[in-house]
Amino acid sequence: MPASSWPAVDSVAALLANYQVTPGIADEMRDAGGNIRPVWQRFIHHVAGKTPEQLRHLVASADHYLRDAGVYYRQYGEGGSAELEWPLSHIPVLIDEADWERISSGLIQRANLLEAVVADLYGPNRLAQEGHLPGSLIAASPEWLRPLVGVTPRGGHFLNFVAFEIGRAPDGEWWVLGDRTQAPSGVGFALQNRVATARAFADFYTGANVHRLAGFFRHFRDALNGMRNVETNRVSILTPGPMSETYFEHAYIARYLGFGLLEGEDLSVENGQLMVRTVAGPIPIDVLWRRLDASFTDPLELDAQSRLGTPGLVGAVRAGNVTLVNALGSGILEIRALLAFLPRLSEHLLGQPLALPNIATWWCGHPEEAAHVRQNAGRMMIGKALSTRLPFELDDHGFVGDTLQADGSFEDLLRSEASSLVGQEVVTLSTTPALVDGVLRPRPMSLRVFMARTRDGWRVMPGGYARIGRAEDPRAIAMRRGGSAADVWIVSPNPVAQETMLAAPSGPFSRAVPGTLPSRAADNLFWLGRYVERTEGHLRLLRALHLRLSESPDGSAPTVALLRQALKRRGLDGEAIVPDGLLQTITSAITSASKIRDRFSMDGWMALNDLAKTARRFAGHLHAGDDSARAMGVLLRKVSGFTGLVHENMYRFVGWRFMSIGRALERALFMLENLQRMATTTAPDGALDLAVEIGDSAMTHRRRYAVSTTRETVVDLLGLDSLNPRSVLFSANELHEHVGFLPGASIFGEMSPLARAVLKLQAGVAVLTPTTLDEEALATMRDQAGQISDLISTTYFR
Amino acid sequence: MFYDVTLRMSCKFGEHTASGRQILRVTPKALAGRQRVIACAVDFQPRPAERSDGQDFFGNVLVEAAYRNVWREIAFVVNARVSRTIEAAALDLSPRLDALGEAVERHWGLGPQSPLHFTGPSIRIQPDDAIARYGRDQVRPGMTVFEAVQAVNNALFRDMQFDADATDVDTPASIAFAHRRGVCQDFTHIMITALRSLGIPAGYVSGLLRTKPPEGTARLEGADAMHAWVMAWCGEDAGWIELDPTNGIVVANEHILVAIGRDYSDVAPVSGVLKTTGAQEIEQAVDVVAL
Repeated sequence: MPASSWPAVDSVAALLANYQVTPGIADEMRDAGGNIRPVWQRFIHHVAGKTPEQLRHLVASADHYLRDAGVYYRQYGEGGSAELEWPLSHIPVLIDEADWERISSGLIQRANLLEAVVADLYGPNRLAQEGHLPGSLIAASPEWLRPLVGVTPRGGHFLNFVAFEIGRAPDGEWWVLGDRTQAPSGVGFALQNRVATARAFADFYTGANVHRLAGFFRHFRDALNGMRNVETNRVSILTPGPMSETYFEHAYIARYLGFGLLEGEDLSVENGQLMVRTVAGPIPIDVLWRRLDASFTDPLELDAQSRLGTPGLVGAVRAGNVTLVNALGSGILEIRALLAFLPRLSEHLLGQPLALPNIATWWCGHPEEAAHVRQNAGRMMIGKALSTRLPFELDDHGFVGDTLQADGSFEDLLRSEASSLVGQEVVTLSTTPALVDGVLRPRPMSLRVFMARTRDGWRVMPGGYARIGRAEDPRAIAMRRGGSAADVWIVSPNPVAQETMLAAPSGPFSRAVPGTLPSRAADNLFWLGRYVERTEGHLRLLRALHLRLSESPDGSAPTVALLRQALKRRGLDGEAIVPDGLLQTITSAITSASKIRDRFSMDGWMALNDLAKTARRFAGHLHAGDDSARAMGVLLRKVSGFTGLVHENMYRFVGWRFMSIGRALERALFMLENLQRMATTTAPDGALDLAVEIGDSAMTHRRRYAVSTTRETVVDLLGLDSLNPRSVLFSANELHEHVGFLPGASIFGEMSPLARAVLKLQAGVAVLTPTTLDEEALATMRDQAGQISDLISTTYFR
Repeated sequence: MFYDVTLRMSCKFGEHTASGRQILRVTPKALAGRQRVIACAVDFQPRPAERSDGQDFFGNVLVEAAYRNVWREIAFVVNARVSRTIEAAALDLSPRLDALGEAVERHWGLGPQSPLHFTGPSIRIQPDDAIARYGRDQVRPGMTVFEAVQAVNNALFRDMQFDADATDVDTPASIAFAHRRGVCQDFTHIMITALRSLGIPAGYVSGLLRTKPPEGTARLEGADAMHAWVMAWCGEDAGWIELDPTNGIVVANEHILVAIGRDYSDVAPVSGVLKTTGAQEIEQAVDVVAL
């Protein structure tokens, strides 16, 4: 871009009017002389050229994307947890390519050092034996997993995916603040930050020579796929589940990389081989990218209290039948006190000093170091030696040095448990621009850098995840203290390669075989189908009720009592306008859906949440009668929106079958119940019309019979008409079709017990006539439908 | 002293089936100079779907077994012939208590016998002020490590009451100590907590006791089931010494050692879960006959 087209210097001055860098702190954008660093110049001028309106618009477009993509994180606080919107700081952090190369080579050295240390700690253990590392520190850490001692990971490496938290010191040099070797998070969020930020600055990003991220992910994916024993085994991410703070990321990255998403419950071990429990029986798996801390992964040999693990997993590792990324036990590298020893270990193991220093750390288990910490406590953070948190994530035991000295408790601690303490120099982070009320302000920043081991060695993601502080206080950088996250742009002086996830075709086209469905996912899909259909039934009853209340507000119509009874049998309070039971059913649907988000379109997920949000909004704002009937109509259309999305768009894989089975079963049960109550001789006047209305078949009834409703016409249309999608027969036909597609539906030509039960129901309905479809037949069919549900559970979900 | 050991454990669960994976630490452990295992076998009824035999970090013998849809009952029997060869030390070779810290610090290695594993907190041993104070109260200036360990051992035998109903397998040491009641596991956990707070490396030993006492001596408490006691590191020369606070004695040749660890969670005879409907009823029978 020629300089002449840059906006006037005035607008840059206005944008930076409040950008006062604190003396003694490095700034990413401004150098010590107050000038804009070269790598930032074009970008700052670009932003300065935006009107306030345009700035608001670009911020909104990024936020919009994040909302639409459903990016959230879970925050735990008092009394539970909540999903929070992703706090993006819209201004990326720009880093010069040459600077980045120095960082990269320093971190590659560090990753190699850490690999050597962990290989020793689980192997010959010479470092402790020879006094390079205090054995007492290792022995005391719960991260040193004794069942893994002596076990060399399959493939030979403990570390395959690591992250480093780095920051820039006042002198402008980069420092390592902490090592993440257990199960680093953030890489999926980094990717989302990129998509959102690139969208906000779309007109700038394309030509800005910013290194793309896709190449890194492609190499990492290929590396993990290359670790498999056989190509049919699917690499999967092992997640703690939807209650984890970063579950969104697990589901997102699994989808992005084409990996499975599994929980410990999905896995079992048979004769030392790790298996996935699927609807087609157990199938082997041998590469897991774990996002679950090691101690939780196996209640048999590790933390016995864990409910997230798989008994026998450690045995499968020991047998060399599975690769975990990273190896179980690599969390020992995260203990804070290790930072005190890494500089010397680098000299010892690599024969070279650390290229990137880490923050100075003193372990108080050595008397001289304890004395040093005591003398300098005012300039230090004192923390637990074995803590694995990052320095600015002060934990329950962390405190800044001088607050301790004041009451003398630090002296006590040093006397009684010195070996459990470390002193670390107080971190002074650099600042970087954040957009606050339309202008830029400096905010403290630290950077998470990700690295993956590939066939050609370590590869550093050219970008990262920047944490941005809420205010000047560098300690407020943690997200739970109101910090935010920003994209990181590595800017090259030259045009960069356009990367995609797709590798160049290397052979003839072959269609990928769809993965086999884990039992737990099938279970959730089945119940999602049932809950959504149940919600629809609730809504139809409620709408019918309020239509009648609008005609006779005193509630004296005989069908009103009938409807209230019907609602009560479904656990709904017919006196309430938006009964709690309705909201609960919707919540159950969302809970089921939340466990299978990787198999689910974002639109479907949002439609479901929109339904819940609208229903909650209606609660408390509606009047009985017409107002409510109309509101129920709105909700019904939202349910249809969801089912439409799912059934129009979802691939017809076996998971869709389970969802459809759940739906058909629930629909059949609803109709059978209604016929039982409304098409009997004892039902009040108007009950037949009610049944037709709830069955959404009033128009068809008029067209087909051209008479008023009789028991025969109603039972015929709602029970036996194979062309009416609401009829019992229609649902039974659906069940029959879907069940035929399930694994094991026929075993050497013989029907499975489930297939037989479905056929029995279907044939039973098909041969009935309106006269023989009596109350006894209805009751029998309901029993049969209930049995089918049980059979599905025992056959596929156990 | 030679012994024939029989240990039978069973889990009954009525007219149901059970599945699961368990690790058993139930067979006597060989320990140089202290215990020899001449023969040993573990047999299951019915045979598990999978079985593998191995060792854990501390060198304890373990059997891993997986069961699939076993009906009514799972049981196993351990048969072993063992010789126990502890020689009573003629001299107290342990250093003075205040010199033990240096001796521990001289130990750098992380092998299974290293005292470093047994100094800090572990899953079932958390620092406890009351127990620490109690431990300090038993120690007088100038005591050797062995004298201190014995003092704590005797004090617990004197002050604690054996009570099979006061605690269960999950009771923390602090609660058992507050009530001054419990079984061998509680005595052992309390004593380990006290010793570690004094800076003495201490571990948990599970094992079996001779069923019928030698003529003229009293039957020891805990002989009808698996027993537990303490091992304390008394310096480079004295090494590990075993003491039984439930019976107030230094372990001699009446105790058959099965497994060692930092606390109960390292040596639990049966770990892992059996999934079954209905209640589980667990029985064990022990017979240790001197030859």
